[in-house]
Amino acid sequence: MSANMFLITRTQGTILCCKCRILMAPNPANMCVTCLRSEVDITEGLRKNVTIVHCPECDSYLKPPRTWLKAQLESKELLTYCVKRLETDLKKVRLVNAEFIWTEPHSKRVKVKLKVQKEVLNGVILEQSYVVEYVQQDQMCESCTRFQANPDQWVASVQLRQRVLHRRTFFYLEQVLLKHDAAAHAIKIKQRDQGIDFFFGNKSHALKFVGFLGEVSPTDKSKRSERLVSHDTKNNTYNYKYTFSVEISPICREDLICLPPRVAVSLGNLGPLVICTKVTNNITLLDPFTLRQCFLDKDQYWRYPFKSLLSSRQLVEYDVFNVEIVSPEYNVDSFKYVIADVEVARVTDYGKLFYVRTHLGHILKPGDRALGYDLYGVNLNDDDVDKYRDFILPEVILMKKSYEEKPHRKRGKPRPWKLKSLNIELDESRGRSNVEKMNVEYEEFLRDLEENPELRFNLSLYHNEDYQPSEMASDGEGVPFVPLEELFADLELTEEEYEEDGMEE
Amino acid sequence: MATRFQFENSCEVGVFSKLTNAYCLVAIGGSENFYSAFESELADVIPVVKTSIAGTRIIGRLCAGNKNGLLVPHNTTDQELQHLRNSLPDQVVVQRIEEKLSALGNCIACNDHVALTHTDLDKETEEIIADVLGVEVFRQTIAGNILVGSYCALSNRGGLVHPHTSIEDLDELSTLLQVPLVAGTINRGSEVIAAGMTVNDWTAFCGSDTTATELSVIESVFKLREAQPTAIVEEMRKSLIDSYV
Repeated sequence: MSANMFLITRTQGTILCCKCRILMAPNPANMCVTCLRSEVDITEGLRKNVTIVHCPECDSYLKPPRTWLKAQLESKELLTYCVKRLETDLKKVRLVNAEFIWTEPHSKRVKVKLKVQKEVLNGVILEQSYVVEYVQQDQMCESCTRFQANPDQWVASVQLRQRVLHRRTFFYLEQVLLKHDAAAHAIKIKQRDQGIDFFFGNKSHALKFVGFLGEVSPTDKSKRSERLVSHDTKNNTYNYKYTFSVEISPICREDLICLPPRVAVSLGNLGPLVICTKVTNNITLLDPFTLRQCFLDKDQYWRYPFKSLLSSRQLVEYDVFNVEIVSPEYNVDSFKYVIADVEVARVTDYGKLFYVRTHLGHILKPGDRALGYDLYGVNLNDDDVDKYRDFILPEVILMKKSYEEKPHRKRGKPRPWKLKSLNIELDESRGRSNVEKMNVEYEEFLRDLEENPELRFNLSLYHNEDYQPSEMASDGEGVPFVPLEELFADLELTEEEYEEDGMEE
Repeated sequence: MATRFQFENSCEVGVFSKLTNAYCLVAIGGSENFYSAFESELADVIPVVKTSIAGTRIIGRLCAGNKNGLLVPHNTTDQELQHLRNSLPDQVVVQRIEEKLSALGNCIACNDHVALTHTDLDKETEEIIADVLGVEVFRQTIAGNILVGSYCALSNRGGLVHPHTSIEDLDELSTLLQVPLVAGTINRGSEVIAAGMTVNDWTAFCGSDTTATELSVIESVFKLREAQPTAIVEEMRKSLIDSYV
């Protein structure tokens, strides 16, 4: 048994085409291609003229009975759409290739060249190309008609509210929405007192938006209400306007909270005074004296909602005189904390010194300035605090270190980065003083972003081309800044010439 | 001369007739036109015999023969055999063969000197063929088909084979048969050559669908134009391959 067989080479001979007498290679029909084509036309019975409906406002094409597909001229989507319209025809033959033939854009004709294959005679497969002409009929689609009739027409609206006195959350949310492009379907966005209203043309867009909000912030279960707009008695169809009311929890970052006894017990007897360190769709609470951290799911929070005791507006500046480290360094959720006993006094009242325990021992040094809550001087009227009998309030709870050393540090100092903004309509009725307040808050928000890298995690920052670095020497050690690596959101890559080195055959 | 005609509206005339240099067998058909087409060409020269084989009309595919003899399958009735013996000239030996493959016309392609047979034919049958027909027998395939009798039409002057035959096969067959061979089609591109036509040394009969091109190929390979029925001379055997350049 030999491994290599003797294989006879067979060269195909040539025969004469039985009709036109030219030399050809034999095929199952034994006729040359031209004779075969003259005998059989495989495109017989296929449509060569089709009408398609086009909306000139939004440049979309009708897929009967109701959907509209947005497509540019000579695009892949339009080609797929055109081929799909011929589906019944193309069942009889096999489609090999389809491409556009250029037509004038205003001629209202689209031409597609299709190459098809079909089996004819005794097993011969014939391939032929033919052109289909699509006549474009203009007709406005339903959404454009509705929009034309009344541009302010909305079908669903989402009313987002947070019962606090500042707008930090909404600045942050605005950036998150921009990054994830979640408000792309919103027809209009309006700013309101203590919240923002979003208007959508479609109930499902609004629902999706509410779902998105639930992912990024601690919202409650939204409430829904409908209003009947019109009723078609013949068809029994009803048009409604839907409104969703979403509330964000009033707990914000750097808030001081006194937990109600029920919540404290459910969290494992977490000390009634806690600081909120992070708010996403969970609320992170940190006990500053035991350094225990807890997470409150938004469902958990809304089961027994509570308010914060003091918020960051009530922070007071303190000067640190002495620091004594009491505990070793603890690592809580990637942050390091050190418990220390400090000697502080309010900047406005050096007369009274306080000896307090704080969790900021890792960054405070004598001579530093810190911001904290003045529980000694404040007047609280919280029910929850009264519920704790044996509890002694500490006099000061320090929250963070203050970098504001230079009094001549300009408001609106140019930064090397900038943020984009959503197109929010302002509430005109509120008056001028509000605008000034908003600017101050926005400035604080930007400073917050600079100081906290984890806040920047979900946002996109953009490189500010107008920024010139100031001539001042270093601002002082430890001033937080945004590193260049985070400013890549707007980066455009251009092709540069470079040698292709290192690639060998 | 090549003639085009039909048998009862079918172009497969090779199925219903058998033509050799010494006689012609014709099926019993509906109209006399078929018979008269043969008669008008051949009446003076060779006998034209109407017959059936095994009660069927597909006589062209059931029997195989040349000027020396005729072989019929085992299911030929005695009356048919007797009729054939009576009608054919005396030098033609009519023999009935006991062979499993009974469509002898499909299995054997022969002229007066050489025959190609189906590869699975019995050894005894091969001997009988060599004996009765007086030919040299070769077992062969044509373009990979074992039914050599269907895919090749042979005369003493040339042969037409299946269009997909490769050049090497043409070479080999031509050497064996000692006649020029060409690959071509019949009846407007049909590959079953022997079913579409029947041929002898001076005349050929083709189905009416045959195009002018095919007819010209047939006339040139079988050398029908200059042939005279009475001047059948022995030509020098040469092996040639015809190809159209």
